[in-house]
Amino acid sequence: MVSTQKKADKTYKVIGTRPVRPDGVDKVTGRAKYGADIQLPGMLFGRVLRSPHAHAIIKKIDTSKALALPGVKSVITHKDLPTAADAALNLGETTDNLKWISDKVLAAEDALFHGQALAAVAAVDKHIAEDALALIDVEYEILEPVLSVHTAMDKKTPSIHDNMKTVDMIARFQVGEISETQINNVASILDLELGDLDAGFKEADIIIEREFETGTYHQGYIESHNGTAQWNENDEVTVWLSTQGAFNARDQLAALLQVPMSKIKVIPMEIGGGFGGKIPMYMEPLAAIMSKQTGKPVKMHMQRDEVLLATGPTSATYIKVKVGAKNDGTIVAADAYLAYEAGAYPGSPVSGGGVSMFMPYAIPNVRALCLDVIVNKTKTAAYRAPGVPAAAFAIESIIDELAEKLEIDPIAIRMHNAAEEGTRRHDGVLAPSMAVKELLEEAQATEHWNAELSDPSIGRGIAIGAWGNGGMESSASASINSDGTINLNTGSVDIGGQRASLAMQLAETLGVEYDSIKPQVVDTDSIGYTAVSAGSRTTFATGIAVIEVGNKIKKQIINRVATFWEIDANALKYNDDGSVSSPDKIINFKEIAAMLPNTGGRIQASIDIQATTHVPTIACHIVDVKVDEETGKVDILRSTALQDVGKAIHPAYVEGQTQGGILQGIGMALYEEYYYDDKGILKNASLLDYRMPTSYDVPFTEIILVEKPNPGHPFGVKGVGEVPIVPPLAAVANAIYDAVGVRPNILPVNPRRLSVLLKEKNNK
Amino acid sequence: MSKKIVISTDLNGDITEFIADERDSLLDALRERIGLTGVKEGCNNGNCGACAVLLDGILVNSCCVMAAEVDGGSVTTVEGIALENELHPVQQAFLNEAALQCGICTPGFLVAAKALLDTNPEPTEEEIRFWLAGNLCRCTGYDKIITAVQEASKSMQKK
Repeated sequence: MVSTQKKADKTYKVIGTRPVRPDGVDKVTGRAKYGADIQLPGMLFGRVLRSPHAHAIIKKIDTSKALALPGVKSVITHKDLPTAADAALNLGETTDNLKWISDKVLAAEDALFHGQALAAVAAVDKHIAEDALALIDVEYEILEPVLSVHTAMDKKTPSIHDNMKTVDMIARFQVGEISETQINNVASILDLELGDLDAGFKEADIIIEREFETGTYHQGYIESHNGTAQWNENDEVTVWLSTQGAFNARDQLAALLQVPMSKIKVIPMEIGGGFGGKIPMYMEPLAAIMSKQTGKPVKMHMQRDEVLLATGPTSATYIKVKVGAKNDGTIVAADAYLAYEAGAYPGSPVSGGGVSMFMPYAIPNVRALCLDVIVNKTKTAAYRAPGVPAAAFAIESIIDELAEKLEIDPIAIRMHNAAEEGTRRHDGVLAPSMAVKELLEEAQATEHWNAELSDPSIGRGIAIGAWGNGGMESSASASINSDGTINLNTGSVDIGGQRASLAMQLAETLGVEYDSIKPQVVDTDSIGYTAVSAGSRTTFATGIAVIEVGNKIKKQIINRVATFWEIDANALKYNDDGSVSSPDKIINFKEIAAMLPNTGGRIQASIDIQATTHVPTIACHIVDVKVDEETGKVDILRSTALQDVGKAIHPAYVEGQTQGGILQGIGMALYEEYYYDDKGILKNASLLDYRMPTSYDVPFTEIILVEKPNPGHPFGVKGVGEVPIVPPLAAVANAIYDAVGVRPNILPVNPRRLSVLLKEKNNK
Repeated sequence: MSKKIVISTDLNGDITEFIADERDSLLDALRERIGLTGVKEGCNNGNCGACAVLLDGILVNSCCVMAAEVDGGSVTTVEGIALENELHPVQQAFLNEAALQCGICTPGFLVAAKALLDTNPEPTEEEIRFWLAGNLCRCTGYDKIITAVQEASKSMQKK
């Protein structure tokens, strides 16, 4: 495997190297403690009873037999939850409504999806807890489920939530902001428009209009959701869990449990993957309530079928796009209609799709109409560049078709329409510095793009995609020990190597060795508010916090040395190697650290920041596929990913993020999908039947990192985690077209779907 | 109420006695009764490989073995593959190659890779990919894992 880095100009000592991660040894020896590894004396085990129906009125829940089982200590239903207000709850990256969260945690009057939690049990042993579930009697009145956006929006279909109004998406979770458009089962609507569509399409020499669908995909983290809670007699609650944001979890728990935030301590354990899916609360509040009832710690750990049934997958989508272009390839107008399944409660990532799909391009006349549609399926959650892969599949398929019909090279047509700094976008924003052209130039120059295809059944596809990235709040603190080592604390959960990337940024700032810094993720009592590890923000935003902490420490060191030497601080210089010098003296970092205790005490600094200088990143995927025309099976033969990262702090982890994102995108393109029957019952709730890619399915992905620095980060970091998942769906679909001449419009394009398309082609 | 049973097994080189519920899987017993939480539960269904251990030298998913079955046998978990105070070459290679991101699948991959290299010291890329297809990783895209196993194979040849 080749990995190339197109280097930014500046050279660094630590940044850009590939040290072993600080948490590495614990993770290869099995010592690292993940959420489910917590063991406490007297701990009870909790389990959840789930709805076997996709849509039903809960007439009665009888828990008496379960409670009578020896070893069962607590059985709770929705009435044991504090009454939740119908009010917005700010979760940092997103906003949700407290009542909906509460109903999702334990159903109130209705079960609105297969797998919705109805009751919870805590027992001395996990087997007894499971036995108890079977003893809970529930009476249902089964209702017809609503299973597609088309059915949901049909006027004849009853409203899943009584009297739900369509609200403007900007005010999605406020009460009372009614949109002018009222559509059945549409929770919110966002209509983004720029220019004059009619005039734009009139200018076009060619117009292509296509419909697309994508399936329901799960994030597929290998660690199931878990949470352990201890509710003390003084109403202080400690929670150990795997979460992407300890403060986010604390604030949700405080609102749901009606306990002051300061009385809840969330201890973030190591997290076994999240991809956006470990932001919402599921059974953590239940563990807390059952701990309150029993006085004992309660641990809950989902089974895999529960993860697939009842935690957030991404939205299944229906997207219609119309694009008009001139004969020279100039796109003059684009009109998109996006209807995304939210699941049983509002909040799909449809706006992410509607905004990001056009982000790489400068199009004068654009519209994206985004609908958030309620269906009787599990509530969706964020999944890596939420909402964008499906929308990029649509636009990138059409651009591929445009290129073919206009006989323009697929890279050239994208280059011709590339957005530049200052391009006005349809969401009103002026595009900041991006690297669309730089990335396409690199793609054009790859050996892969220029290699001959060895066989007519092999096709090559290319696609690009954008993601806006996130800023948000981060805190950090660091203290200098007298031996010159440094403890660095942050509140950012480490989901993919952030302890390494943050320690490296502090080491670079202070001019010290990477190994001298001990980075730690600490609990909510021990650091200032820090938003979720999501939105590709952690190395960027918490990185800025860490650099600022380093700068504060440097200033204190200068002042201390000035006092020690009885010299004006302005005469001193902090050097790149961590030493401080005056015109005639020098003292190194270790010597400075050693003198601190006796010259006014050790130095520490802390900071909290709100990062706002994030910029979008662009990714590109080139893929070769071989199609077996008899069976419709698609094999990936070669894969190259290009990505603008701003600056790769730890290139190995950047490559890993890219390779992982590419593979999830390939999974969306070819393999993965939820299968619901006509009653809304999920038929493939296991990792055997929900088919994620294995090591045997794919070749190595060659990585080319392009470094166009972000001017809004001291080292140029942009954020890398999410954008690589965006292009592969269209790249694979375009490669299939190149191989066999049919354009997949429904993903995943598994053998069954591709066979149908191939038959249709052959019958023509 | 189900029955409790006493089990004796060679666990990571030491004879270990423990009490388990008759319904406990080996995974349950290792994690909940003995506290070897390096063995991870991913699916509890034999599909993800996170709970992989060696049972009498054979690679198994410990969620699919009953605890009672290991009485009198030998079990090696991720906690038992390091060589005294030195990491096993495959552990070291995972660190060097950045072959883990979240790390939850890592123990299973390490045990599976060790089992492969024990029987096939110089596997081809194809053989590594085929052997490890029973272990799911969602973060890395597998590339660096395959590279790490190749590196471990090379470093073990040198010794």
